[in-house]
Amino acid sequence: MTDIAHHIPEALLASYVSGTLAQPFALVVAAHVSICEECRANLAAHEAVGGVLLDAFDPISITSDLRNRVMAGLDDDIPPEPERPRGDDTFPTPVLEALGSKAPKWRSLGPGAKQCILNAGKEGSVRLLHIAPGFAVPDHTHGGLELTLVLQGAFKDETGRFARGDLEVADDTLEHTPVAEEGMPCICLAATDAPLKFSAFVPRLLQPLFRI
Amino acid sequence: MYVECDPPLDGVRMLGMILDEHKILDGAHIAPVLRKARSARRVSCERTPVTSGMSTTFTEQTEWMLKVRDARDRAAFAKLFDHFAPRLRGMLMKNGFGAAQADDVIQDVMLSVWRKAHSFNPERANVSGWIFQIARNRQIDVIRKDRRPMPEELAMPESTDIDGEQVLGIEQEAASLHAAIARLNPEQRDLVQKAYLGELTHSEIQAETGLPLGTIKSRIRLGLERLRHELKGER
Ligand SMILES: [Zn+2]
Repeated sequence: MTDIAHHIPEALLASYVSGTLAQPFALVVAAHVSICEECRANLAAHEAVGGVLLDAFDPISITSDLRNRVMAGLDDDIPPEPERPRGDDTFPTPVLEALGSKAPKWRSLGPGAKQCILNAGKEGSVRLLHIAPGFAVPDHTHGGLELTLVLQGAFKDETGRFARGDLEVADDTLEHTPVAEEGMPCICLAATDAPLKFSAFVPRLLQPLFRI
Repeated sequence: MYVECDPPLDGVRMLGMILDEHKILDGAHIAPVLRKARSARRVSCERTPVTSGMSTTFTEQTEWMLKVRDARDRAAFAKLFDHFAPRLRGMLMKNGFGAAQADDVIQDVMLSVWRKAHSFNPERANVSGWIFQIARNRQIDVIRKDRRPMPEELAMPESTDIDGEQVLGIEQEAASLHAAIARLNPEQRDLVQKAYLGELTHSEIQAETGLPLGTIKSRIRLGLERLRHELKGER
């Protein structure tokens, strides 16, 4: 957990804190923070900025009615919130929640690659990718931003090695060919703000060139 | 192009790192917070706070929050309400919420403060940052009708012992941030406000202002490390 080398950029953390980050990316941020102490601290620092801003707002008076309602609400018997699933060795809590605590339903993407779409909408999509050792990671870049968080195994590309917890941040100017390392299959959480399209990366999958 | 992952803001020289005690800060609302943090620090120089429930040197907000957390103190909650509810209202109105909708959000947020008090840890967060985060979550729920994915929460240690020095450290860092923001030029301050109040997308935030976050991050990490050790000890 302490070996994570690739972290969440500041702008994404600030955007997550402010709530403007698209849902697919927010899931990746939440998943990374769940397993990265450094980014957990960084996230809290951005929340502290929010707190400073909140404190600096000119107070606008509150009706006594609202105050009374809240004070009366302290006695309400509220059922405890349901326990959140505990992250396991592969899937952090927010990913388990996105899976509905069920095992992922993998669908083939061609030789060596499977995917499980967690969420797809107008804000983009987020999916799990399962890449057999030695095979190329599907490149789902179609412009826009692409976040890939490694949850199990590792992949390598021209920019470096990415193992559990590492986050690769790419835009469409990054020409790269990530390949899963030998050993365990590589499982990634991948989010993009581009619309769902697969055809573009299928050809590459059909030729697992880099069987190391 | 590969986007650098390392925090690009940390290298920026911290304006507020060394708090100049004699400079007068603009913005009257900033002064009380700083004064509190200063007096807290002064006390901490005279007498090193030990790990105990001693909290007389903390900011009022922290003390109220701890009383709510540890003693379910309603009077302390009322004080928190009187401090934060009007500011939440200011923030929500700025975000374009109407009066009735703002009231609903304030009610939910303040009741969450009461109900989730057990998860407040002053070694890792200051009160206003913690409440801000609850408020943003609630706002996102209302605006998007879709829950924001949240990180796994860390287990809380059994003991409510407090490392006073760590808590003071967090408070001091928040005060430094306050000072740093006060010293930004108006355009930068506006940009920061827009960024954290949800008026900018992540790509618009790229051109950020150089807020000095390095030391508060290190300080929060100390709190996380302490927690990790404590949790190990309990097992
Ligand atoms: Zn990280």
